This record gives sequence, C-alpha cells and structure tokens, in this order.
Amino acid sequence: MKPVDLCKYPSSWFAGGTDILSEVVISSRIRLARNLAGYEFLPCLPAESQRQLQDRIKEVLLSIDLGEKVAYIDIDHASKVERTLLTERHLISHRHATANGPRGVVIAEDEAFTAMINEEDHLRIQVYASGLQLHACWQRINRIDDTIEQKLEYAFDKKLGYLTACPTNLGTGIRVSVMLHLPALKMTGQFDKFISAARECNLAVRGLFGEGTDATGDFFQLSNQVTLGVSEQQVVDDFTDNIVPRIIDYEIQARKTLLEKKPHALDDKVQRAIGVLRSACLISSQEALYLLSNVRLGINLGRIKDIPLSTVNELFMLTQPAHLQLRAGKMLDPDQRDTLRAEIIRNKLSHN
Amino acid sequence: MLCQACKEHTATIHLTELADGQRCETHLCQQCAESQGLTIKSQIPLNELLNTLLSAGPEAASDSSASPQSDHPCPGCGMTLKRFSKESLLGCPHDYEEFENELTPLIEQTQNGKTQHVGKIPTRVPAQHHKDIELKNLQRQLAAAIKNEDYETAAQLRDQIESAQ
Repeated sequence: MKPVDLCKYPSSWFAGGTDILSEVVISSRIRLARNLAGYEFLPCLPAESQRQLQDRIKEVLLSIDLGEKVAYIDIDHASKVERTLLTERHLISHRHATANGPRGVVIAEDEAFTAMINEEDHLRIQVYASGLQLHACWQRINRIDDTIEQKLEYAFDKKLGYLTACPTNLGTGIRVSVMLHLPALKMTGQFDKFISAARECNLAVRGLFGEGTDATGDFFQLSNQVTLGVSEQQVVDDFTDNIVPRIIDYEIQARKTLLEKKPHALDDKVQRAIGVLRSACLISSQEALYLLSNVRLGINLGRIKDIPLSTVNELFMLTQPAHLQLRAGKMLDPDQRDTLRAEIIRNKLSHN
Repeated sequence: MLCQACKEHTATIHLTELADGQRCETHLCQQCAESQGLTIKSQIPLNELLNTLLSAGPEAASDSSASPQSDHPCPGCGMTLKRFSKESLLGCPHDYEEFENELTPLIEQTQNGKTQHVGKIPTRVPAQHHKDIELKNLQRQLAAAIKNEDYETAAQLRDQIESAQ
C-alpha cells in the first residue's frame, strides 16, 4: 500500500451504514497507548534506541496475524503531502505527521486498524469501525493487544496500570471516541446541550481531526478523558449504553423540530448548499465541509432524493488538500486546490 | 494552604482568573468548589496544573527533608519536573516513582480522583498482581451494587471477594 493509492476512494469506516444511528454516529474508534518495558519514553530515548525500538515493534506487528493484509509506512521518510494524506484519513495523528525522528505506522488494508510506532508513546494501536460499533472495536483491539503482548513486554505497574508518557493516559491507556454529525443541534441553537452532557460525563469534545483541532463545522469527536480507575469495558459500556444514545436522541429531536417547525428554513439551507456546490468555481475545504454537511442532513431527512449518501461521504474525504494534490500528481497552491475541488464536486453532483 | 471559603480543608483547586488585566487567585477545597458550581475537569492543560501544584509552596510537601527541587533529575532518564511542566511528557516509567509525591495530586486531578488501575492486566505480570487488581475490581463492583441496592449481586460479589483473598 502506498499513500498515493489511497487518495481515490474514501476510508471503509467512513462510508457508514444507512440506519438512523449511523446517520449521527459516523464512526467508532478505540486507541490503546503502550510503552515497552526497559526503554525510556520518547522524550528521553536516544535516537539510536528509537530506531531500534521502531524496528523491533515493526517486526512484531508485521509477523502477527491481524486478519488483514498490512503495510508499513516509514513516516520519517514519507513526503509532507503523504503525511498530510494519512492525517486526513485519520490513519496517523497530526503529531505523528509533524514530529521528527524514526517513526512509522502499520496500516491494515481496510484502514480499520493502524499502529503508530514512536508517537507520544512507543506504540499506539487503534481500531476503527463505521457507525456505533464500540464493542466490536474493543474485542478486536483487545485481541490484537494480547497478541502483541506475547512478543513484547509492556511497561506496567500494578497500581498505575499501563505506564504512559503523559499521566493523562495512565491506567488502561484507552481512548474511546465516536465521530458525530450534529447539524440539527447546531441549527436549532441547542449545541450547549451536547457540550454540557459531554462535560458532565467527563468527556472531551474535539474537532473532526481530534486533539488540537477546532470543533468547526458540524462534525465532532467525543472521547473519554479518564483512563485510570475505570475498566476498558466500563468506558465502552458507558459510551454505548449511556452517553451516545443520549446525544443521538438530542440530535434526532432537533431534526424533528426542524422538520415540523422550520421546514422552509431547512430546505433553504439544504438547497442553497446544493446550489453552491453545483455551481461554484472556487471552493475552500472549510466551505466544502460546511456545505456538504448540510447536504448530508438533507439526504438523511429525505429532502434530497437524487444524491446518494455515498457520494457525499466520498466528497468529504476526497476533497481534502492532500487528497487533491496526490490525485493531481503535483503540488497545488490554495487557488489551484480550490479550483480542482470545485470541479470535482460539480462533476460528482451533476452526474446524479 | 487552606480553602478560602471554609478555612477547614486543604485547598486543592487553585483558580487564576484574568479580568481586565487583573490577576485574581482563588484557592478552594474540592467540596467548596463543587458547591460553587465549579467542577474540575481535565480542561486545564496538564502543565499549568503541575505548575500550580509545584508553586503551591513548601507547605504542600509535608516532609521538608524530602522536599524535591523542581530541577532534581530522575537518575534513570534525566527528566526533571521543570521540563515535565513544560512538555507534559515524562521521560521513563521510573519517573512515576521518582516524582510520586508531585505526580500523585496531578494524577488525581486529571483522572477524576482515581489513583488505582482497574481493567486489563498484561499476562506477563506476576500472578499476585493479577490477584490484587482482580480484588480491586470486585470491590469496585461491590460498591456499585450496594449503591444500586442490588443486594443479590452484592452478596455474590462478597463471596467472591472472600474466596479470592
């Protein structure tokens, strides 16, 4: 697998299902942070040992059966645009893309499993699934973690659990997160409801690309913050049985309100979005994200019938800057990107 | 340092507010902060939290002879609290022991008051550790069952705890 091959289609876990749940919950993700016993954490690990560690973890990951074909990408030697593409697809973190030193990522062909080597911790494995499938994610990642642990000794303390470079990940080292699409909550001005529900449950709200990104547009990542003193299963159950259903319910109620009380305002937003997307000659990624979000809502609510959801999902992914540039096979300045983006969107939406 | 509101408990929550260029510090205990509608979530960046804890002064460290300097390095990796407070990342697993006194309050604050791991244990860990964590797990479940007035489950859990000890 090469990054350039990825720029033509959306990630499997992003495409999503068609039920009401996956209209709101785009995807589920679980990440585990692990460090190897006997090595310093990365801030104090000499470059030579970093290289050694990278090779050792890579060898182990490539030797075990992950249920999928896997590829290793050396991030230190990847080009800037390739690294950006991997972050746009959520395969590596922004930190991993922009750091220095020996580091890499193992990616399963379906992109539902990735393992970052030498990120903030020695090893960060993550599993993705479309819609709300945290139980399945946990089962899969737990099995993979067990397999890895047979070959590598993790730094572990019976009081503090898995030892991580940052104390905020101590204990289970687990980060459970769901990516949510909440346009109606925003449109009806009830977004505070979501934020306070998240606060109350000790959860962090982040933007589309996780840590350090603004919660702009209508897409959010919701994730646990407490990793110590709660079991992995508890965190997963809490999300699945308690938090996520509550937020889905808020969003669905808000969608109903829109349909009942403000159908014209809703249609206006949706149709204007289509109008601009079908006719614009220059469009920024921010604007595209915002307008596609409105179109997605329109499709979900049956206000748009001639555009399949899969087309919109595809456009979200493929119109990101690095995707555009790898597809074009050259570096593009912002103006050229906005032109190409608008062209791709016009073509896709007018063929329907 | 005592809580400014009740003047009884130790202040664990240190608020610094900036209004019109004026710096205003408030020191409260957990209970008083909660009664004032303040809940401390991990929204506070870790490094700020550590700085506050370190600057809380020598009275925070009960044993003055063991009072650590913020630039005292870990013999294993050379990490200092000073550097940690800038970068928020530790240098090696041993740091958790080396800087235990300073890190424990930080861990409590960022981990919702928790300091004991429950959950997954690597299979390589000695059997006794498995047992200890297992017990902690059962005790936590027992507490939850009692809270939910589910006495049947509580009785079963109590039996399990007894046989595990």
